[in-house]
Amino acid sequence: MAVEVHTAAPGAPPRPRPPTSPGRWRGSETLAAWLFLLPSLVPFLIFTAGPVVAAGVISLLDWNLFSPPSFVGLHNFARLGPDPTFWSALVNTVYFTFVTVPLTLLVSLALALLLNQGLKRIAVFRSLLLLPYATISVAVAFVWIWLYIPHGGLINSLLGAFGIDGPAWLVSDTWAMPALVAMSVWKSFGFGMVIFLAGLQAIPQQLYEAARVDGASPWRSFRDVTLPLLSPAMFFVVVTSVISSFQVFDQALVMTNGGPGVHTTTLVMYIYQTGFLNYEQGYAAAQSIVLFAFIAVITGMQFLLQRRLVHYDN
Amino acid sequence: MTTDVPSRPVVPALPVVSALRRSPVATRKLLVFTCFLVTAATLTPIVMMVLVAFQSDSESMAAQPSFWPGTWHFDNISRAFELVPLGGYLVNTVIFAGGTTLLETVTAALAAYAFARLRFPGRGFLFGIYLATLMIPTQVTLIPQFILVAKAHGVDTWAGMILPHAFTALGVFLLRQFFLSIPRDYEEAARLDGANRWQAFTRVIIPLAVPAIATLAVFKFITQWNNLLWPLVISNSDSTRTASVGLQVFQSANGTQWNLLLMAATITTVPLIVIFFLTQRWFVRGITMSGLGGR
Repeated sequence: MAVEVHTAAPGAPPRPRPPTSPGRWRGSETLAAWLFLLPSLVPFLIFTAGPVVAAGVISLLDWNLFSPPSFVGLHNFARLGPDPTFWSALVNTVYFTFVTVPLTLLVSLALALLLNQGLKRIAVFRSLLLLPYATISVAVAFVWIWLYIPHGGLINSLLGAFGIDGPAWLVSDTWAMPALVAMSVWKSFGFGMVIFLAGLQAIPQQLYEAARVDGASPWRSFRDVTLPLLSPAMFFVVVTSVISSFQVFDQALVMTNGGPGVHTTTLVMYIYQTGFLNYEQGYAAAQSIVLFAFIAVITGMQFLLQRRLVHYDN
Repeated sequence: MTTDVPSRPVVPALPVVSALRRSPVATRKLLVFTCFLVTAATLTPIVMMVLVAFQSDSESMAAQPSFWPGTWHFDNISRAFELVPLGGYLVNTVIFAGGTTLLETVTAALAAYAFARLRFPGRGFLFGIYLATLMIPTQVTLIPQFILVAKAHGVDTWAGMILPHAFTALGVFLLRQFFLSIPRDYEEAARLDGANRWQAFTRVIIPLAVPAIATLAVFKFITQWNNLLWPLVISNSDSTRTASVGLQVFQSANGTQWNLLLMAATITTVPLIVIFFLTQRWFVRGITMSGLGGR
């Protein structure tokens, strides 16, 4: 563009280039971009984006890897309707999610508020409380099986001290799922706690001072200052917790293997069983797409609710 | 306890100091006590794991479990190693978690630079593809990835284990956000000094982005150390089994040998705990950064 201006006025002396003008790099920008991009893009398309598309195709096939695939249309999706295990897995997963997410949210928020009370060495407590989140789920699932031993296990011994006769947690139709929920809340609350702590520390202290000057009680200032300003962080924690709860697998595999019966079989566990124990790859792919659809719908609903419940400070 | 003394001098507002810093000593003691109590309760399962790991066979398998080991059986360490190749599993876990982390960080940094700084046809479209996969749960890609690896005879190989989990959109997304926050003037200065794009990237952008790259690397490493489903599906011998899968196999074989089972759990967890404490600064940042990225 600057060159055209020059040629339009041939008699004028050449203008020096202004020092602030955006300079040009040597070589083609497009070529450089592709060179930077390719090491990531090619494997990304093969191993991540491609499989997403392939999942849709495979869900339309009857395929067990040993024989050639055959096209069955939407048959795999139609099979889900009369499949009792699928419905159990769906109900179990929804139950797990709707209990785990609020509990995790409450525990993370309570601990973040506790750590944010201006105590010394918050970082030490924060690290120790974050430890369950960073440990191997299979390893800690072992300990939780041990904690849940019906006769003389740590949990039932504690309950016994209060005169409560604890159930046989992991083999009980009723209590196996709550047992998984408790372990999962313990395992995952650190994530939300760290996010809330960062959110709390970003709230300007002047707002609390102002609330105090106005004579607000601690509860009022929590309700009217802390909660609104923390609501974006809470929204994020709820969305991510719902997504990860819908994908619960490790604990259920190690602690109950889906049992007793199918009382703790989750959607991801059923996908694993269908695809890798029964070798029905097409049916498993269809289930995974239904899982994604549920996650997408629930996340979408949360984003709609967000407009009314979440306060964004612009 | 909650009443305010109006005559108290106004303390200048500091961002991290909260209202209770100025509260009575008794309240503060109660808070500290609660902190200790909650932390102790949280750590109980991990402490119990270590304690039971050192119990004798009869103690750990008694009908009435005991909590503190009567005598500390340090030979349980070598017995666990003899029963299962834990050393090999740990090495495999480091290769798997390290391999995915290394590939993801290097390639994501390169791609993120292209998306953050370079103009080229199709940039928006390609970045859109990356973003779209960010929302897809890993179980959706599990079956196609498995078929892909199986067809390429990659089951139980390192390439088959690592490649499908080394190129996610998360790294590209996080690093692009960070690169966008670096002022262009720095690169401009390098250009005027005669640097080319590559030199600007390696000598200006990368040094400035070390915190973000370290955050991504630590987060990815710890997540993959924990990964169970993919290694469970794709590795079927001790030559590639990671700690998570190895423990799961061990459990099926020796389900009630609590002391050795929990010793194996301890042995595979301790290195991760050490790594966690050494890198937790970055790990915590990884969590908060993912939080900011999600807004």
